[in-house]
Amino acid sequence: MSGLSLNDVTKEFGNFKAVDRVALNVPHGTFVCLLGPSGCGKTTLLRMIAGLEEPTSGSIAIDDDDITKVPTHKRDLGMVFQSLALFPHLSVGENIAYPLRIRGRSKDEQARRVDELLKLIHLTGFADRPVAKLSGGQRQRVAIARALALSPRLFLLDEPLSALDAKLREAMQVELRQLQQKLGITTIVVTHDQREAMTMADLVVVMGEGRIRQAAAPVEIYRKPADAFVADFIGMTNLLPVEADGAGRAVVLGTAVPGLSLSAGVKKAQISVRPEDVRLTAPGDGAISGTVTFVRDLGGTIETFVEAGGRTIVAVATPRERPNVVAGSPVGIVLPAESCVVLEK
Amino acid sequence: MRREAPNSLADYGPLLYPAVMLVVFFVVPFSTMIAVSFFKRDPAGFYKTDFVLDNYARFLTTFFGSVLGFSLMLAVLVAICCVAIAFPFTYLLTKCSRKVQTVWLVCLLSVLSLSEVIIGFSWSTLFSRTAGVTNLLVAIGLMSEPQALLPGFGAVLTGMVYQALPYTILVLYPALVRLDPTLLEAARTLGSSPVRAFFNVVTPALRNTLVATLIMVFVFALGSYLLPQILGRPQHWTLSVLITDQAIYQSNMPFAAAMAVFLVLISLALVGLTLLVGRKENAA
Repeated sequence: MSGLSLNDVTKEFGNFKAVDRVALNVPHGTFVCLLGPSGCGKTTLLRMIAGLEEPTSGSIAIDDDDITKVPTHKRDLGMVFQSLALFPHLSVGENIAYPLRIRGRSKDEQARRVDELLKLIHLTGFADRPVAKLSGGQRQRVAIARALALSPRLFLLDEPLSALDAKLREAMQVELRQLQQKLGITTIVVTHDQREAMTMADLVVVMGEGRIRQAAAPVEIYRKPADAFVADFIGMTNLLPVEADGAGRAVVLGTAVPGLSLSAGVKKAQISVRPEDVRLTAPGDGAISGTVTFVRDLGGTIETFVEAGGRTIVAVATPRERPNVVAGSPVGIVLPAESCVVLEK
Repeated sequence: MRREAPNSLADYGPLLYPAVMLVVFFVVPFSTMIAVSFFKRDPAGFYKTDFVLDNYARFLTTFFGSVLGFSLMLAVLVAICCVAIAFPFTYLLTKCSRKVQTVWLVCLLSVLSLSEVIIGFSWSTLFSRTAGVTNLLVAIGLMSEPQALLPGFGAVLTGMVYQALPYTILVLYPALVRLDPTLLEAARTLGSSPVRAFFNVVTPALRNTLVATLIMVFVFALGSYLLPQILGRPQHWTLSVLITDQAIYQSNMPFAAAMAVFLVLISLALVGLTLLVGRKENAA
């Protein structure tokens, strides 16, 4: 198996299982996002890949070399830390050249590589600046350049963009993705921001309570969440109870949804419907009846909150298809069967 | 928060208390000592008000020159030994669990409660021929017969390092605790072994702390006058010993004062020089 493979990697801290039998194969050149709420074990998993934590059991291999027992400094990887961890006593150029200096490369080679990398991160001419004089985004780039200085086999980033403001973060996401595609390097990013994961990743790995809940392409994760945890974590969703009635129809909030059915023998389950798939109509036959409680007009999108059967359902529309409702209006809700994901677990 | 420069006399009010304390407990006694250093000694009594340079002229001899040289050398050596031992130790201590750290720090604090006299006599027992550590070495077969390790330079150095070590650790501890642990991890991911990363990342990142600690231990060691007498031979006596001797046993207060002033000036000059060199390197 070429690329990175994790075989039932487990990490226990006392009785607490931070990472629980994680198995994953990452082919060469893939951009992976480990996504999950805080405390789900994603950072611990990344630190084990980096060799900064030792797995309690299981093994990690790159290109079939078992590296589970290899110390960090011999793993041939680049890592960007949440704190960036730039060396305060070194200049920008010296920071980037550090891994080369450690390996005794010549001054010429160091200078050449620093120039190349500074060009790559659009900071040409910054080599002699002290790191303390850089802006947040510039430091971010320097940390990335330092991690890439030796063209490592594996590029790891631990919440790399969390310290930046929202606008810069969005721009850096695109830049990081483009950089990764240009270099074709296997990259693993830890993040709790699903938007970030959707922007950058080839493969999104959603983690919860130390286990992988789903590993798939971003759109698939969004369209076909494996369980309620994933559906709820990735984007906004409406999770509604569904029951099978005597005639085999699927009933949501007292109304049968045409075209939707549950597997044989399943009596109760949940469905996930994305807000943009929820349609609002005039109250009437075949629609779930509800009452509008709040309308949030964000300019670009309009979110309508509807109360039906003791639950709040959110529908999102663009201004062009603006539903003609105000708080208090009675309204009908139609759930298109093809947009409902049945979660039977 | 914006701070405005004080513009009325009342704004300087809070400074009054520290200013008074400094004047009463530092400026007045120190000025008195400077004044006394120019007085003339009266062999019959104490001293007479005068203005003579005899006292300063007297230690422009090779004897006092060499004592001064030895005192400075000893203090520098103690400072270097203390930092060399305490820095790696404190670094490893900060990596331990909180419980282990507390136990160590409490033990170190308890060493501080020992007086110089107790430290001196304890080491003189430990270094003696009859009851000292060499007996242990004989018992395990490393030595053929017990030896006296004192008086001697090694004994003086050991005693002074032992005395200054807890201070060194307690000064270094806060800086090392605050050091971002990801700096070291970053160095490791970039291909540096932990030991190497300690020397080329942790040490330079804490350069200013280390210099400040060296200066503190140096000044601390310069004032030591009991340990050299208990553990050393007369040639290991420092200037502080001579000052005590002149002031208390020879009743030559003016000469003692002159030596004290000289010692203060020399150490201030050395500290200033260290900071100056440090600043130049930082700017470069």
